Order: sequence, then C-alpha cells, then structure tokens
Amino acid sequence: MTDNSPTAAAAHRPSLDAAAHVRRRYAAERRFKAIGLGAIFLALGFLAILLWTIVSNGLSAFMQTYIRVDVRFDAESVAGEDYQGAIKSALYARFPAVESRGERRELAALLSSGADTALRRMLTADPSLVGTTKPVWLVASDDVDMAIKGHISRQPGASGNRLTDRQLGWLGELEAAGTVEKRFNTILLSSGDSREPELAGLWGAVVGSVFSLVITLIVSFPLGVATAVYLEEFAPKNRWTALIEVNINNLAAVPSVVFGLLGLAIFLNFLGMPRSAPLVGGLVLALICLPTIIIAGRAALKAVPPSIREAALGLGASRLQVVNDHVLPLAMPGIMTGTILGMAHALGETAPLLMIGMVAFIVDIPASPLDPSAVLPVQVYLWADSPERAFVERTSAAIMALLLFLGAMNLAAILLRKKFERRW
Amino acid sequence: MQLLVLSLVLLALTALGYRLGRGRALAVIDCHPRHLHSLPSYHGYWVAMWCGLPALLVLAGWLMFEPSLLRALVMSALPAELAGLPDERLALVYNEVRNVARYGHSASSAAVADAARHYASLRQTIFAAAALAALSLAIAGLVYARSRIHRQLRTRNRVESAIRVFLIAASLVAIFTTIGIVLSLLFESLRFFQSVSVSEFLFGTSWSPQMAIRSDQVGSSGAFGAVPLFTGTLLIAGIALLVAVPLGLLSAVYMAEYAAPRFRAVVKPLLEILAGIPTVVYGFFAALTVAPFIRDAGTALGLTVASESALAAGLVMGIMIIPFVSSLADDVITAVPHSLREGSYGLGATKSETITLVVLPAALPGIVGGVLLAASRAIGETMIVVMAAGLAANLTANPLEAVTTVTTQIVTLLVGDQEFDSPKTLAAFALGLVLFTITLALNMVALSIVNRYREKYD
Repeated sequence: MTDNSPTAAAAHRPSLDAAAHVRRRYAAERRFKAIGLGAIFLALGFLAILLWTIVSNGLSAFMQTYIRVDVRFDAESVAGEDYQGAIKSALYARFPAVESRGERRELAALLSSGADTALRRMLTADPSLVGTTKPVWLVASDDVDMAIKGHISRQPGASGNRLTDRQLGWLGELEAAGTVEKRFNTILLSSGDSREPELAGLWGAVVGSVFSLVITLIVSFPLGVATAVYLEEFAPKNRWTALIEVNINNLAAVPSVVFGLLGLAIFLNFLGMPRSAPLVGGLVLALICLPTIIIAGRAALKAVPPSIREAALGLGASRLQVVNDHVLPLAMPGIMTGTILGMAHALGETAPLLMIGMVAFIVDIPASPLDPSAVLPVQVYLWADSPERAFVERTSAAIMALLLFLGAMNLAAILLRKKFERRW
Repeated sequence: MQLLVLSLVLLALTALGYRLGRGRALAVIDCHPRHLHSLPSYHGYWVAMWCGLPALLVLAGWLMFEPSLLRALVMSALPAELAGLPDERLALVYNEVRNVARYGHSASSAAVADAARHYASLRQTIFAAAALAALSLAIAGLVYARSRIHRQLRTRNRVESAIRVFLIAASLVAIFTTIGIVLSLLFESLRFFQSVSVSEFLFGTSWSPQMAIRSDQVGSSGAFGAVPLFTGTLLIAGIALLVAVPLGLLSAVYMAEYAAPRFRAVVKPLLEILAGIPTVVYGFFAALTVAPFIRDAGTALGLTVASESALAAGLVMGIMIIPFVSSLADDVITAVPHSLREGSYGLGATKSETITLVVLPAALPGIVGGVLLAASRAIGETMIVVMAAGLAANLTANPLEAVTTVTTQIVTLLVGDQEFDSPKTLAAFALGLVLFTITLALNMVALSIVNRYREKYD
C-alpha cells in the first residue's frame, strides 16, 4: 500500500495496536510455559538436592579407619580373656613417653572400645598365636575416624572437646608412620546395632526388615488376591459390596500411624503378642498394604477381557475354574506388580512400627520373627536421633541401603510390567 | 521350632490326604473319569480339606489363647508373697518369669525360678495337648473323608463353596480392620475422657502431658488441651500445601498440555520418585539440611528462627506431596473434553489463555478434590514432623517458631516404656481418634467431589 492519505493511516493504527497486543499475548504464552517448566525443574531440583545430600554424606561411611599396633598375645591376658589389656599395653609400648593415668586413658581412647573382638576372633582361628607378637589392624574410635575423614577439625585446640591436642599429636605420629589406614567398612554391613558408631551395623535391621516383609507378604498377598477376586468376579452388586469397596478406598487413605495404634491396642495389648517383634510389625504392615494389593489386583482382573471368561464358561468350566485356570494366570503379572509396589511401600514405613515398640535398642541379629528386632527405616530414625557426629554418615549410609532395596523392588515391578503386560 | 515341625507334619498329612483322596476316587471308578461326578483332583482337594482345616483351626486357637491361658495358670499358682503384689509389679514378675523360662535369664529369687519351671512345664503340656488334638483331628478327618468317597459325591461343589467362603471371609478383613481401628481408638479414648473432659481436650489451649509417677508429686496433673496441636498441624500442613499446590499444579499443566510424549515419559517417573522415598528419609533431610539452612538464612536476614521451625518441616512435607497433587491434577486435566479446548482455540485464544480461562475452571472440582486428598496426607504425615518439628506445644501462627503436631505427640507419648493406663498414653489414642475422623472426613469429601466431577464429563 502506497496510499499516504490520513484516513488510511488512521485505519492502520488499530492494526498496529493489534500486532502489539498479539505480541504481548504470545509473550504471556511463553511466560506461562516457562513457569510450568520451571515448576517441574524446581521439583526435580529438590529431588536432586535430597539425593545429593544423602549420598555425599553417606559415602564416607563405607570406609572405616583402622590403626595398626603390635599386639603381644601373652599367655596371661589370653587366659584371663583380657584382650583390652593386651591392646592397651601394645599402645603404651608404642608411646613409651606417655605415663600419667589421664594421658594413658586418652591414648587408649584412640581405639574403639570394641577393638578386642578382632583379637578374640584371631585367637579362636589360630590358637598358636599365644606368646607371639603380631601387627594387628584395630578399629579406631569414632572421633579418630571423623578426624581422619575430615569431618571434625584437626587444628590443635579447634576440635572442641572431641579430641584433645595430645590425641591429635599421637594420631599425626601414627599417620606419619603409616599405621593409620582407611579400609572398607565390613562392620557396617555385617553387625547389629551398637551405641558406638564405629561398631554399629545394619545387618540386624536388614534381617528384621526381611522377616517383617515375609510375614507381610504371607498375610497380605493371599488375602488381597482373594478379596480382589471376590469383588471383581463373584460379588453381587448390592449394598454390602458397595460398603466393602468404600471401606477399602478409605483404608488406603488412613494415616499409617493410626494402623500403629491399632497394632498396639489389638496385637500387643489384647492378644499379648511380643513387643518389637517382626511378626507384629509384619501383621501391621500387611494391613497397611492390603488396600494397595486389592486395588491393583482388581485393576489387573478388570483388564482381562470378558471373551476369555465366556470361552471357558462355554466349554463347561465352573466359575471358579474359569477364574483359577484362566483369569488369574492372565492377571497375575499385574497383581504381582501391585504387590511388589505395596511391599516397597511397607519397607519404607516407619511410624506404625514405632507404635509397636520397634524402637528398642537391639544388638543381636534376630533369629526368628518372634525375636525383638529393628527394621531399616527405624534404624535410620534411631541413628538420626543419636548425637555422635559419626552417626550422621552412618544414617546416610543406612538410607542409601534402604533406597537401594526400594529401587531394586521398583525396578523389578517395572520389568515385570514391561515383560508381561498385554493389551487385548 | 516345635511349631514349625508340627506345621510341616500337618502339611505332609494334607498332601497325603490329597493323594489318597485322588487315588481312592480313581479306584472307585476303575479309571474311567467319565463315571465320576467331579474330577479326581477335586476328591483329593476335598479329603485334604477335611484333613487340614480342623487341624489349622486348632493351631490358630492355640496361637491365640496360649499366652493368656499360660498367664492365668501361672498366676494362680504363684506363691502368696508374689501373688499379693500390686498389679503393675505382678506384670513385671510375670515378665521375668517368662524371660527366665524362655530365654534362660537368671532368676532374681527362688520363687521366680519355681514359677519359671512351672511355666515351662505348663507350656510344654499345653503345646503337647494342642499338637495331639491337631494331629488326631487331621488323621480322623482324612480317614472319614476318604471313606465317604463314592461315584456320585459332588466334591467339586463342596470344594468350590469352601473356597467361596474363604473369598468372602478375605474381603471382610477390610471391614474388620476398620472396625478394629474404630473400636480400639474409641475404647481407649473413652478411658482417657474419664480423667480429662472432652471439652477440655478439644478446646483447652495448654498442652503438657507430664503425668507424675506418684500422685503427691509437684505438678502431678498434666494439661491436655489439644488446641496448640491442632493449630500446629494446620500451620505445617498449610505451609506444605503452599509449596505443593502451585508446584504440583503448574507441573501437571505443563505435563498435560505442553510436554512432548518423550519428555513426559522421562520426567513423570522421576517426579513419582519423590512420592516413593520413605518419609523417614525426608525427616532426616529436613532435620539435617533444611532446618539449619533456614535458620542460618533467617539469622542473616536478622530474624530469629527456631532450629525446629515449622517452616522447615512444612517445606519438606510440601516437596513430598508434590507428586500427589501433580498426578491427581494431571488426571483431571486430561479428563477435560477436547471439544472445550477446540472451542477456545477456534475463538482465537492462545494455549495459555485456554488453560487458565477454560481448562482449569472446568477441572476445578477435581483439582479441589486432589488438594483435599493432599491435605489429608499432610495432616496424617508422621515421620517428617517427628524428626523436624518441635515437641513444645506453642500456640502460634509464626512459621519461624517451633510448633508440634498431632502425629508428633502420638509418637512421643507412646514411644518408650510407660504404664499403659495413665492418661498420658491414653491421650495418644484420643489424638488418634481425632486424626482418623478428620482424615476420613477429608477423604470422603474429596472422593465424592472427584467422582461427581468424573461423571459430569463421562
């Protein structure tokens, strides 16, 4: 358009405004989209920070500081089972200048109070050691461990009251002599709980968790599948069935701590079952994950097309035979996926187990579901509550173990679904 | 151990019953299955049922009643000097007797050692009686059922009706669980309300559940006004919703309306991880990282922040419930019919205008339902607040101060050994009742809103 008349310019102006308006609207559009994307990345950022915090805190727990001393297995202390004495004299021999009692106590505190078990194990394995002097790597105390790993300061006078300047000096001397070493922390993976961080392990909690989950599976899988089959295949559509359905949906949303109260009132106080036992924990967890299994089971049964039922019925199978021989096998992958997810949920559940006394301090590895025991998430809670600095990294390590188990279970569920999922 | 052996023997007997029943059925008809009413295997199942079920019932009864029966018998045989003790001491004595008898602890007195021996012998006798009853019932059932097998016996119908009874019983477990929850909460709460009035509990503003060990001690009566707990719970849940609702809703909108399928396939499971992480992990994260961070940030700004501030717990709880909000909102947004969107595009609206002016208002009821579900989740959440919120019951709306919540108090009141009858422990059940009622009501309302909304567009 080459027309320059004023009327034409006036006619143009609104369209220029409209273009600006459209630009503004498109900018708003882009802003809106960016905000949505930002929300997602913010949420994922939280996830990343959470995982990074746990891993960066927990990795160092898989190493533990050991100190080498030349221990003399003299016949006296072996006969009197006084391995602590043997360790102490070895330390005094290493630092002959240390003489006063207070200093000697500080020196002995470099090593863990449980370091003697290593000596006992060596002697039971090889009784001919009596009378010889051997270099032995012994577990260092948690404060020494923290200092070596750099979690508490090694500047003289700066480390508060955890390690004295003298202790730091001896530690430096030992390090210069190459007798301090970080090794893979087998104690963490193989022993039960302890008040001493350097002796505390996860194995008791892992065994307790396995016992609980086995009980949960034994109780909730048959009950859940039976309920799902009944509601989906047999139940008449009446008020009772509706009541059961509403009930299951509501149970799925009841806070888990309320299930703990139920377990405390009924299983412990009314039925007199033992406190802190994986048996009771497993029963409570079974009630918690029952709705999950039922809901997943019903979805899986619903996905089996009616034509399969009709074909089997047409060939003369009874309704139970139809379900048992045809519908259930086809629905089983879906039911299993739901069950694994329910189990994963049960594995991470903590609050209801606190109610039934699973917070007790338990050193022994449980041998049966009736023995008092901890479970992994409760162990995390207990360690998180402990004041020692060394428990921070061990808590994070316990969380890593817990997340590893959870990840494995979820992966199994995903693979199961991928492999067996069928669409009709 | 003994129980394991007995169960294995019974299991073997049941398996034997199956084989015998099946063999018997085949023998009756000279291996012409057509002459039989039911398949031979059903005859086997039928005999196995007769063999296993009565024995199972006996075993279950033994498991249920052995502890109380043992206790009654041992208590009645206690010597006078022990039997005269007050009830709570008596319970301790009984515990000791049990530990001596079962785990070989050393007894503190001769009377206890005697009682422990008595306990052990009684326990053996009761077990032997139960085992004998179970085994003889199993064998009798096996013999009886096998002798009944004949050509016309409708074993399939019988086995199937037994299985159907089992199916119905299994689906009643859910009902019984609810009844169990309601009854146990109600009974213990009623006992609590005998010592503390309902109005004081619901409307009192001071909470300090210290009960004295002796009644003449100073400050022996605790205060059980739960209002500070309710406000604390609402404060933390409110902060959590302030975090979770915008983030969850915006990410759901992006996922449902903008995201490419491949982006969605990667990001959605990643977001779901947030819901799969155990709450105890969030609690540790809140206490170790978030709370100190907020305190330091507050100090830098010149604010005084409690080290267990409501803000830290609420923030972390909000992160936890983002996936609940986003997946529910995602569902309702995708359920909005495409015709609505297309109508809006046809009038020249941009995508964001369509979303904010058409899709979201249409999806609003469902979103509200989802938010209510998330709120019920936040109110019932326990571990985060136990680990990151305070224990002091402050009546405040300041998110920088420490508050305590209903669930925190339930846990602190019940963890550790205390006598079970004091108002202190019973208060936990009253709090549990309140929690159960509120979450149930929220869920009912939320589900009915969501369902009604779904019907509207189906």
